[in-house]
Amino acid sequence: MDLTLKIWRQKKEYEKGAMHAYQIKNIEPDMSFLEMLDVLNQKLINDGVEPVAFDHDCREGICGACSLVINGAPHGPDSGTTTCQLHMRRFNTGDTIYIEPFRGSAFPVIKDLVVDRSAFDRIQQAGGYVSINTSGNTVDANATPIPKPDADEAFNSAACIGCGACVAACKNSSAMLFVGAKVSQYANLPQGKVESKDRVINMVKQMDKEGFGSCTNTGACEAHCPKEISTDNILTLNREYIKSKLNQ
Amino acid sequence: MFFINLIVQLFIQFVDLYYIVIFLTNAKMKSSIIKKISMALSGLFLVIFLAQHLAINLTSIIPDGGKTFNTISHFMGYNPVVQFILQPILIFGVCFHFIMGFVLEYQNNQARNEKYIYHKTRSSWISKNMIITGLVILAFLGLHFYDFWVPEIEYKYISQESPDPLKYFHELKEKFYGETIRTIIYCFSFILLGMHLNHGLASSFQSIGVSSYRKKILKLAANIYSLIISIGFISIAIFHYFIH
Repeated sequence: MDLTLKIWRQKKEYEKGAMHAYQIKNIEPDMSFLEMLDVLNQKLINDGVEPVAFDHDCREGICGACSLVINGAPHGPDSGTTTCQLHMRRFNTGDTIYIEPFRGSAFPVIKDLVVDRSAFDRIQQAGGYVSINTSGNTVDANATPIPKPDADEAFNSAACIGCGACVAACKNSSAMLFVGAKVSQYANLPQGKVESKDRVINMVKQMDKEGFGSCTNTGACEAHCPKEISTDNILTLNREYIKSKLNQ
Repeated sequence: MFFINLIVQLFIQFVDLYYIVIFLTNAKMKSSIIKKISMALSGLFLVIFLAQHLAINLTSIIPDGGKTFNTISHFMGYNPVVQFILQPILIFGVCFHFIMGFVLEYQNNQARNEKYIYHKTRSSWISKNMIITGLVILAFLGLHFYDFWVPEIEYKYISQESPDPLKYFHELKEKFYGETIRTIIYCFSFILLGMHLNHGLASSFQSIGVSSYRKKILKLAANIYSLIISIGFISIAIFHYFIH
């Protein structure tokens, strides 16, 4: 496959970036999208040009490190797929592919396609944890009975890998799907009840402080989420927030 | 007496604006979720208002020479509870919803300082462009006030004419019969109002955290409601355009 790539290049955070066009030839349809970028980078290194910086780690769709907005869609054209699981057979020879970083004021570009997503870590630190006794009297998790529907719901929410595609897809750069998933995950479990009141208030406070927008229920986050996290999590977030505020 | 009424009305509008400013500058309003909830609640309030507005306007197509419509309109125009309690609450709701809409739109725009060169997300046009449908509704409200509210204020407070319980139906007919451009503008606005309500109503249920088990039925309710409002108002405008 022969392709034209239009890639966002930016030297560092506060420098102005721009789209650069690259021609790439002989790409195998069975290559993953990131392998195609590896091939491009090898070519750039051989030509004496600085390679394109992009995030990646596990390359098997579970770590949430890979990002990229491909042809206008976070993680590319397929539903329920991370960038690393996207394959070149999804494209045709002669195609022009636009590759941009995840955009959001809370996700500043560090270099090229790499963005700083530590805002998510700070939200998680604000309340995304449970108090567990680790002093030698640790209770086995299975010793606490949990109704199957609640366990399933919590597991669905816990499937969020925190990649930030929800922010990238949302026209408001809202992080409410991420925060909703983290809040729902614990709200559905007895272990999460201890901090439930403060958790949601602190996480939302941190979310607002980071500069994310607010949800207008367009549903783009759910449509582009590689783990297909439902917007029902945002509903749970709203409900938990109202409950906590009323009980304050 | 008329001047006292006018002063009371102006005072009430001033109090409305004062409370909107207090509301928006309150520290608690910094929370994005509180903003969403207040947007949803003011929207739900306007949804109720629109339903009663449509119900009253539908009486204008009853073939009784406008008798029912005149009776209800006169009650709404001169009843002190409606004029001095319900109307100020309505004006507060409308102003709050618009101002909050602009504040949210501005803040949400700030959340993405550098825009995409190419962005194509899988979400509906209506849900992404509530500000456009909202602005059209705001412009329509300007026209609607010019058509009906300004003459009413002029009649009541400036000319100080005595109440005429039979004028409403005649005024309505005068505005629409054979008035092609006005009827088209009204119908176009009602279509956009329907679109705005379609997303807004379903969205408000989500914002106030109504159970996800009822999500499908609430979406259906939003679809039905927006269709009824849109088709209802359009039918009334077209009816009065053609039938004298």
